[in-house]
Amino acid sequence: MTIAPKAPKKLSMKQRYSALTRDLDWEPSYVSTDDMFPYTTFEGITIHDWTKWEDPFRLTVDAYTKYQAEKDKRLYAVLDGFAQSQGHLSLTDASYLNAMKLFLQGVSPLEYQAHRNFAYLARHLNGGGPRFAALCQSLDEMRHLQTEVHTLSNYNKYYSGFANYLHQHDRVWYLSVPKSFFDDAVSSGPFEFLIAIGFSFEYLLTNLLFVPFMSGASFNGDLPTMTFGFSAQSDESRHMTLGLEAIKFLLEQDEANVPIVQHWIDKWFWRGYRVTALVAQMLDYMLPRKVMSWKEAFELYFEQQMLNGLFQDLAFYGIRPPLNVQEAIDEKEILSHQVYWILYQFSHAASFTTSMPSDEHLDWLSATYPDTFDRYYRPLWDKERRNIAAGGRHFDRGLPQLCQVCQIPMGFTEPGDPTTICQRSSDYNGEHFNFCSDGCKNIFDHEPEKYVQAWLPVHQIYQGNCGGGTIPDVLAWYKMAPGDGGEYLGSPDHQSWLGWHDMAEQTGGN
Amino acid sequence: MTTIPATERPVGVDIQESETNRAVIEAIEADNADCTVRHMPGLVRVQAPGRLVINAESVTARLGRDWETHEFQLAIISYFGHIKEWDDDEIVIAWDH
Repeated sequence: MTIAPKAPKKLSMKQRYSALTRDLDWEPSYVSTDDMFPYTTFEGITIHDWTKWEDPFRLTVDAYTKYQAEKDKRLYAVLDGFAQSQGHLSLTDASYLNAMKLFLQGVSPLEYQAHRNFAYLARHLNGGGPRFAALCQSLDEMRHLQTEVHTLSNYNKYYSGFANYLHQHDRVWYLSVPKSFFDDAVSSGPFEFLIAIGFSFEYLLTNLLFVPFMSGASFNGDLPTMTFGFSAQSDESRHMTLGLEAIKFLLEQDEANVPIVQHWIDKWFWRGYRVTALVAQMLDYMLPRKVMSWKEAFELYFEQQMLNGLFQDLAFYGIRPPLNVQEAIDEKEILSHQVYWILYQFSHAASFTTSMPSDEHLDWLSATYPDTFDRYYRPLWDKERRNIAAGGRHFDRGLPQLCQVCQIPMGFTEPGDPTTICQRSSDYNGEHFNFCSDGCKNIFDHEPEKYVQAWLPVHQIYQGNCGGGTIPDVLAWYKMAPGDGGEYLGSPDHQSWLGWHDMAEQTGGN
Repeated sequence: MTTIPATERPVGVDIQESETNRAVIEAIEADNADCTVRHMPGLVRVQAPGRLVINAESVTARLGRDWETHEFQLAIISYFGHIKEWDDDEIVIAWDH
């Protein structure tokens, strides 16, 4: 395969980038710059010189389309091979797909939201360089949504829980966690969005969010997901660069930008970190074959690379690590256990299944989390084992209180005390609001008028806006079919899986 | 937070495991004396203190055909550090401060 163009190069990469991006920009003549770009002043950010924005990738439209087309060709070759070879039977276990259901329902719709907002930035940022980078990212995000849906549609033919991901993204309680996160970002100004998504989501947390899903796919026989994941991640490195250039640009343009940017880093670190709680439980509980623990991923991707790498660099500008970062570090020993315990007991109202960890799995958790698991969480599972033996697998029939900001059920504990549920609150305009942590309370207190409008699934159910007053009413409104959620063992997916493999043995492998 | 100088703080890149990328990884190993390589499911992580360089010439020599630096977009999954340079002849990842 030859990708490199053989024609003699007339322009260097630098010259070509300059000719095909900035040289195509122009100064308005019959309207003012403010009329042409009306949204880049109201956030209080000062920009003196838009030409100082650098795109280290020096990406031009011809190179962009050529390499993106090549990425897609590679992916679709894998998808064809997968479908033709009954590839879904090579997974470690059908329960692995719970991670992918969560991905499709929770993450893929965010790609579309990102596509829309980067298209907005591609029109409304003043500089030609950042506008072109935003345009490429907007197209990337659309490609991600499309390839994710195409890839996972191969599983939808055989497994439950995939069919109504878009409908559910807008309605279901656990999906309001990623949805409200992104709604929060797209309803902010263009610079805050750049720090929220471009920097915090795509640089600070991207490795925690995406690499575990893809490595998990690789380790669990899910070739197509691994391929779309790495294909998308190759764009992600460009997005990381855009985020990093954005923050450096804002900090270098004017000293008055520093405190504004610092607040956005504080806010969006915590917002994004709370969304990664879903990834934490996925890594430690949903993957039949484990890649690395949440604790290990957090130490590698966040503590080493970001705190000890990136934030040392940003200190030059007077930026300190995000507020509440110590709470996140302290939580690495307990986060995944608390979140999976919530999902385990509410999966009858989810579009994925859960199951009690096997003895081998519990031993892995004990060995991986020696300071916390045996002491706080293993006893819960020992009790649950007795419940199951007595025919009473635990499902919580009530509705949990949700945090007003992150929208996760209030199951997190006090800093330094894993036995006491953490509860914070604020009063605003005569109403009372609850939060799971100091991080979420800080965010609310800074912009209460925004967060009082949060669409909290549990409140909406109680207000009668979700199909009715009983669990079956709400599940029907969620478009959840029997077998989409609940216990994995004995579920339709589990039974199909056993049947297919039994059949494969009898017929010699096909 | 103890301050570590930019020349010592590790920078690195995650590369998808593939036939073409084996030549890329070998080239990085040859051109970056202090680098370490870690294999993870589906990917290879290369990191080095302070600075990591990918030379187009080194990759071309190992691959047996011309390799242009734009092709690195097909290999890279993630990185940490700044992209200091992405030119016809080389890509450099390093910290600024």
